Amino acid sequence: MNQAEKLPDPKTAPLAQFDLSAPRLYEQDVWRPYFARLRKEDPVHYQEESPFGPFWSVTRFEDIMAVESNHEAFSSEPTIVIGDLTEDLPVEMFIAMDPPKHDLQRRAVQPVVAPRNLAQMESLIRSRGGEILDNLPVGETFNWVDRVSVNLTTQMLATLFDFPFEERQKLTYWSDLAAGSPEMAGGNIDEEERITGLMDCLETFTRIWHERKGREDSFDLISLLQRDPNTADLVERPMEYLGNLLLLIVGGNDTTRNSASGGVLALNQSPAEYDKLRANHGLIPGMVSEIIRWQTPLMHMRRTATQDIEFKGQQIKTGDKIVLWYLSGNRDESTIDKADDFIIDRANPRHHISFGFGVHRCMGNRLAEM
Amino acid sequence: MPKITVIEYNGQDHTIEAETGKSLMQNALDNMVPGIDADCGGACACGTCHCFIEETWSETTGEADPMEEAMLGMRPDRTDASRLSCQIEVTDDMNGMVVRLPEYQM
Repeated sequence: MNQAEKLPDPKTAPLAQFDLSAPRLYEQDVWRPYFARLRKEDPVHYQEESPFGPFWSVTRFEDIMAVESNHEAFSSEPTIVIGDLTEDLPVEMFIAMDPPKHDLQRRAVQPVVAPRNLAQMESLIRSRGGEILDNLPVGETFNWVDRVSVNLTTQMLATLFDFPFEERQKLTYWSDLAAGSPEMAGGNIDEEERITGLMDCLETFTRIWHERKGREDSFDLISLLQRDPNTADLVERPMEYLGNLLLLIVGGNDTTRNSASGGVLALNQSPAEYDKLRANHGLIPGMVSEIIRWQTPLMHMRRTATQDIEFKGQQIKTGDKIVLWYLSGNRDESTIDKADDFIIDRANPRHHISFGFGVHRCMGNRLAEM
Repeated sequence: MPKITVIEYNGQDHTIEAETGKSLMQNALDNMVPGIDADCGGACACGTCHCFIEETWSETTGEADPMEEAMLGMRPDRTDASRLSCQIEVTDDMNGMVVRLPEYQM
């Protein structure tokens, strides 16, 4: 299934011809029938060959939740994306750590996105959102992703880090660099540009760390890391500091950007749902959850087996890669009724897989929903 | 059917006639008690059915297992009384139990 070959027929081709890691499945938005077939015929599926090596694909909602709930057998180390780490920039981040180290680092930053603190930010988020929408051109074509999604998420990220507001485009740039490595995630970012950019990110935040040190009244992410005993010396472990910065930058940027864009697309494709929304603004909270499910901002997560283990009748071996396809779990008809449809008034809209489950469940979910 | 009182963070209390054999979370949802999200549906995998068990009842409800401990550990507002209500199966000897809900679920 290389770029020049024709894609196999999702309904009739042998499963061995599927390459679930091929970016064009997603670029061309043709992934749905491939995963529908796997969910039905081979829900824990072994793919022998791919540009990222062999890997298992877990495609059902309940199975993904089961893997994520067993962090002893299914480790988040060394990394949680399909490709392996590049050796020249061995960043460490808590999303790719197991307990107990994961728990200590996560606890240090978790309070910043607790709903109590978010309440103070809510009016700021609403006024910024309103301002961005008020300034959109009327009657001419424009790029929603740039003008709305990227703009709003970048402003919020700058606020969370208390990052110099006029330089906030750098955060978006670093996020794109971090998420776009060809080796790790099949992106198309030049490796040299990537490393130069990410080192600039580290230098910038190291300077911010030292400038901010000792301030007692601040409540941004850097200050929180400084005040927690477990991360107070994080700046002295540069690859860990950078890793956790990138985690927070990508986590707060890429994801909400995708759902803010996908939500508009969904409403556009489902005019009846748009009419429901216009008639009843009380549907907004449920609609937000539905957008996050339907769009699925993060396509996959990865675990690595720490032991030989039987899972759903398959024999998984120590060291095997296990890819959890969130976008498939969110389309699983055995858990979600009419899963392909965008329905803004579902009875149980929060029951989706986009935030993940288990100890690595998204810690920024309440901020994301705002 | 044991009577259990669930108190929201704002002080509003709800006394429910709970069904034994079902989880405390499911009983609260079935009785429309607000303040529990239960995103994962009761699999001890999301932490959004967090509650506080009054101390005198902690022996009746038992102890959290390691997975529940791990999920509770992610809660900024965790206390010694913290439990995930999906992991507590209601029994007859919980008649009169008082459970408090946190300020927020996350």
